[in-house]
Amino acid sequence: MIFVNAFLVGGAICVLGQILIDVFKLTPAHVVASFVVLGAVLDSFGIYDQLIQLAGAGATIPITSFGHALLHGAMSEGHEHGYLGIAIGIFKLTSAGITSAILFGFLTALIFKPKG
Amino acid sequence: MLNDPKNYSDNIKPYLPKVPYVRNCLKAFVSGGLICVIGQFLQVFYIHFFHFTKASAGNPTSATLILIASLMTGCGLYDKIARFSGAGSIVPVTGFANSITSAALEHKSEGIVLGVATNLFSLAGSVIVFGVVSAAVLGIIRLFLAQAF
Repeated sequence: MIFVNAFLVGGAICVLGQILIDVFKLTPAHVVASFVVLGAVLDSFGIYDQLIQLAGAGATIPITSFGHALLHGAMSEGHEHGYLGIAIGIFKLTSAGITSAILFGFLTALIFKPKG
Repeated sequence: MLNDPKNYSDNIKPYLPKVPYVRNCLKAFVSGGLICVIGQFLQVFYIHFFHFTKASAGNPTSATLILIASLMTGCGLYDKIARFSGAGSIVPVTGFANSITSAALEHKSEGIVLGVATNLFSLAGSVIVFGVVSAAVLGIIRLFLAQAF
C-alpha cells in the first residue's frame, strides 16, 4: 500500500512542477527553488510530516523534503539552544544528501568525459 | 499590427509550438512516481537489512539515488530520461544530483579547481540558498512564537 501511495503522491508533486513549467513558463531552476520554500512552509504547519506518514518515499524523494528537513533540523536544535540552535541544526538532517551529492558529483565529473 | 513592438508577445503566439499539456503531465506523473517507488524499495531494503528506523532510512535512500543519478548523468543516460519525463526527473532528489554532476562535467575542460569544483553548485546553489534562507526565517518566527506564548 505504501508503494501505491509513494507512486501517487510523488507523481502528483512532479505534475505540479510540470504545470509550473508548461503553463506558468517558469524555468526548472525556479520550480525547484520554489518547491524547497514550499516544503519549508508546509513543515511549519505540520502538514509535511503527515504527508511522509502517508506516502513514505513519495514525500521524502521530491526536493520539497529538502526544505522540510532543513527546517526540521533547525527546529530540533532551536528548541534546545535558542536562536543560535537554528544555525547549528539547519544542516543536521540533510548533511548526508549534500555530502553525497558533492562527493559523487565531483568523482563522476573526474571519471567521465563530457558528452555532446 | 504585425510589427507593433508592444504587442510582440501577442503577435508571435500563433507561431509558437503547441505545448502538449496533458501528455507532459502524464509523463511527469509516471516517471516521477516511478522514481519515488524505487526510493520506497530502497527505504524498505535499508530498514530490513541494515536496521535503520523509518525516520533515519531517508538518508541512505537519497544518498543511493544521488549516486545512481550521478553515474547516469556521467554516462549521458539521465539526459535521455529527462527529455522524456520533464519535471518528473527534475523535482525528485535525482534531479538535484543531475544538476550538480552535469554542471561539473560541462566545465571540466577549465580544470579541476576552476572548472569542476567551482561550478559544482552553479545550478544547484539556488536550491540550497532558498532552502536555508526560508528555513532560517521560518525557524526564527516559530521559535519567537513558541517563546512568546
